[in-house]
Amino acid sequence: MSNETARGRLAELENTLETIATASPSGLAELRNEILGRKAGKLTHLLRSLGELPPEERREIGAAANILKGRIEAAIEKRTAECESADSAVGQSEDLAMPARTLWRGNRHPVTVVVDEICEIFKELGFTRVVGPEVETDEYNFTKLNIPLDHPAADMHDTFYLSPGVLLRTHTSPMQAHTMEKYQPPIRIVVPGQVYRRDPFDPSHSPVFEQIEGLAVDEGITFVDFKAGIDYFVKAFFSKDTKVRFRPSFFPFTEPSAEIDVGCPLCKGSGCSTCKHTGFMEIMGAGMVHPTVFDRCGVDSEKYTGYAYGMGPHRITMIRHGIPDIRLLYENDMRFLGQFVE
Amino acid sequence: MNISVKWISQMLGQSLDARDTAHRLAMLGAPADSIDPVGADLDDIIVAEVELVERHPDADRLSLCKVNTGTEVLDVVCGAPNVTAGCRYPYAPVGSVLPGNFKIKRRKIRGVESLGMLCSASELGLGADSDGILELEPSCEVGSRFTDAVGLADAILDLDITPDRPDLLCHKGVARELGAVLEAPFKLLPIPGAVASTTTPVRSEMEGSVGGVTVTLEDSEGCPRYMAAAIEGIKVGPSPEWLQQRLSAIGARPINNVVDATNYILFELNQPMHAFDLDKLGGQVRIRKANQGEKIVTLDDQERDLNEGMTMICDAENAVAVAGVMGGANSEISNETTSVLLECAYFDPRTTRATRNALKMSTDASYRFERGIDIDAMSDALRRAVSLIIAVAGGRELSKPVDVYPRPRQPVTIFLRPERIEKLLGVSFPLDEVSRMLTRLGFVVAPKDGRLAAQVPGWRPDVTIEVDLIEEIARLHGYDEFPTQMIPFRPSSVPNDPIEGLKAKLRSVFTAAGLHEARSLSLGPSGGENAQPVLHPLSSEEAFLRTAILPGLVRSVEHNWAVRERDVRLFEVGAVFEKTDGMPRETLSFAAVVTGRSNPEHWSNGGKGGDYDLWDLKALLQNAVEVVGGRLDQDGNDWVVLNKDGEKIGRAGIQNADAPAWAAPVFGFEVEVTLKRSGHVAYSAVPRNPPLERDLALILPDGVSVSQVEEEIRKSTGSLLESVVIFDEYRADDLAGRSVAWRIVLRSPKKTLRDKDADQAVQRTVNSLRDRLGVELR
Repeated sequence: MSNETARGRLAELENTLETIATASPSGLAELRNEILGRKAGKLTHLLRSLGELPPEERREIGAAANILKGRIEAAIEKRTAECESADSAVGQSEDLAMPARTLWRGNRHPVTVVVDEICEIFKELGFTRVVGPEVETDEYNFTKLNIPLDHPAADMHDTFYLSPGVLLRTHTSPMQAHTMEKYQPPIRIVVPGQVYRRDPFDPSHSPVFEQIEGLAVDEGITFVDFKAGIDYFVKAFFSKDTKVRFRPSFFPFTEPSAEIDVGCPLCKGSGCSTCKHTGFMEIMGAGMVHPTVFDRCGVDSEKYTGYAYGMGPHRITMIRHGIPDIRLLYENDMRFLGQFVE
Repeated sequence: MNISVKWISQMLGQSLDARDTAHRLAMLGAPADSIDPVGADLDDIIVAEVELVERHPDADRLSLCKVNTGTEVLDVVCGAPNVTAGCRYPYAPVGSVLPGNFKIKRRKIRGVESLGMLCSASELGLGADSDGILELEPSCEVGSRFTDAVGLADAILDLDITPDRPDLLCHKGVARELGAVLEAPFKLLPIPGAVASTTTPVRSEMEGSVGGVTVTLEDSEGCPRYMAAAIEGIKVGPSPEWLQQRLSAIGARPINNVVDATNYILFELNQPMHAFDLDKLGGQVRIRKANQGEKIVTLDDQERDLNEGMTMICDAENAVAVAGVMGGANSEISNETTSVLLECAYFDPRTTRATRNALKMSTDASYRFERGIDIDAMSDALRRAVSLIIAVAGGRELSKPVDVYPRPRQPVTIFLRPERIEKLLGVSFPLDEVSRMLTRLGFVVAPKDGRLAAQVPGWRPDVTIEVDLIEEIARLHGYDEFPTQMIPFRPSSVPNDPIEGLKAKLRSVFTAAGLHEARSLSLGPSGGENAQPVLHPLSSEEAFLRTAILPGLVRSVEHNWAVRERDVRLFEVGAVFEKTDGMPRETLSFAAVVTGRSNPEHWSNGGKGGDYDLWDLKALLQNAVEVVGGRLDQDGNDWVVLNKDGEKIGRAGIQNADAPAWAAPVFGFEVEVTLKRSGHVAYSAVPRNPPLERDLALILPDGVSVSQVEEEIRKSTGSLLESVVIFDEYRADDLAGRSVAWRIVLRSPKKTLRDKDADQAVQRTVNSLRDRLGVELR
């Protein structure tokens, strides 16, 4: 083999790099055999024949041939990898419609979601979130809130007593009294929590249920401001176009007292079985804080005015999701709880 | 409280629509729970005249009638013996439906076609038949709707009256309230056949006399005013039709003319009345406190035990009525009664409430007395009751009524400051408008020193202070008429309670771990010696406050198993309670349970997912402890959580449950939640130098715990140690103990470690493990 012949073969082999770059998997195997094969490989042969060249040229050609060998090997490896990855991406081996590997998903209880949402909306109106004990005295549950125990008003609260004077709170309103005794106005609080009434479990009653109480006390709070606060909440919670209706009512701890109805969120006011064909649903009791409550909690009733409201998140949850029976909210059935994905 | 719209309409002299009236009353504070149309099921029935009656050719007892319906003359077959040509009867045309879903069809009766039906009272659901079909007055117009012609159409509102408004528990009160809005005066309906009573009651302070009966008031606290009239010569029997109809319409069952008359006064005027058989009283009535141990058999034939707090009406010897609650059987009106003593009293609300609570009974009378009746309206009520009884049962008044009234009520006057109205309501009202509004509601108003003096009418015991008058103004003005405008607000001086943030954190950590939030009743069966019982529980299943959440969650797991759910993952945060000598101790607690697969099944595992095990439980427990604080320790086969004082605040392990064969074990824990003081994380430098790893497989003799080994590794390896992690455990019979493999990562913040540095450090560790714990390399 002459020097020229060797150079010519090297140049020829260098051209195969392009062929390798686009070869198919089977073509690659052939090319590898043709160039690098132990017996008949062209480059193998060339390297074996280096001995026929003069020593100086042998070194030069040999170095060039070894470099080329490295480049060809790298090119084949690169192309092989390309072919393999193309295989797995569009090849026939995977059906991408197969289900993903997932994790269990948990969610908050639907009543908690409602409680949190309500508290968040009132937070926008400057109400801070506080909680109080479920075991109370009748002084805080009734007397301080202007509910005389020997008056029919107390019948509105069928109470679980634990011992004389000690009871399970029938509303979260005792926190009104605790807060007013501890803090000076401006007071704006929203109080979620569990309350108790001696009602047997049935589709619409539970002896234990959640309540949210709110209280705003400051100078200059009026009935007009109270209406605006409640209206803001209802529209934020239900929808902007929800109708809100204020009806006179009676609660011993507010005067004037109001019952708040909203346009039925299910039928939009046209009348359905959920709203008993009235187009409205009662969602909370509220009113201006009674001066006697202020007096009993050490707030100057001539200087300060305020409003308070209370609502039942269980009932609101049932309305929102169309849940027919309050007991479902206490069964902890996985098939029920799992529906309220957040 | 049932209110007849027809009755109210007549009192106000206006034709009121039921829905509209219900809405007005709702906006005044008395919403209707239901609106029941009366006679709506008879809307199809019309008044028809029978023009001709002939014998049916094939049946002796049937008649063929030519019936004029006002628009046409139809052939109707009738079986009633009383059908008479020229008379008018209710007629049900073909296609109409009678009460009981009885459809009227065109049909042949014994070969003769009959178009519709002439109806009897019972077929119309209007009571018993006397003799065949219902003959109507000739004044009923042929072709008109039957219910209109006989004045039957009505609607009954079931009003929900709040406890502060006893005055709305009668038709007069509702008419008065509506009249204030409609600016229409109301009149009581005339009593057919009545002559107005002209006798004036004779007032006395302690004792009086009526019809030969001496009335002695010994308990003026329980009974501030006692009036009575005596009527002789009455004849007890059924009430006239108009009275029966009016009572039936509002759901009160007619009994006899005397009882019906007193009930009528109750529903009309809100004055409970009681009629005693005068001859059974022995010439004496005493109003006194009951004696301890005294008994009475009430009208419902129950023997009642009395106590000293109760006010009783007594004759010379015995109690004859529980004041304000129920009469006694011994003085009851019977069909032989000819003379009655008619009681019209005011019984103290608190005494009445205490009495009916003690006797565990509530009556129409007690319901009203405990809310407070109008003491000023009693004379009128008694006079009207006397006229009514004489009109429906005959007789005459024996003497002037008695009125024992030691301390007549002084009118209550409240002062109203005009500026206070605006301060509370946010809207100013001109003084003369306020005056007019209050006057319409029955207050007697006069300006005084820039204020208004408002005298409260007797029927409004709820109005006692200035703010009550302001509510009246808001109510009459209409709540919906007020604008809705927010004023700027100042930030609350009350901080957010951080415990609420902690609860939110727990919820987010555990929902992220795949658990659903549960809510369980905090009342349940006894949870051990420390359980706080509830007085008068609803059932033994709800007789105690829970001492822990976890048992309830395990019950929820069992519920899920019962509906064939094997995979259950629940957590709950809430209060738990413990009995103490004083107030029960109430603490916040957090619990979780998991059972079944720890991940949803995936086809890549051939559908075989692993179930939750102890180490999943430990991970959940550590998540909780990270939020609430504390450290883990081992106690038997359970973990316990200890607070910084070493007190147990939690426990975790396998839970006992009533499990079906296919269920997986239940893992659960409960831990007390307290606020953990936590500052912000302080930054530590991120390492730049590469780490070196060494694996150590060690044989742990029995009784040596991995925590001891790890502590020793940390101590002996020194500052180069970055982390130490167990990656394998191996147990075999030929091993003296067990083999546990640790991966130790070493790193220096100052330099790149060489193998030699690592080997030296690890050798120190191995030596000290062997010397101190007897732990050898495997």
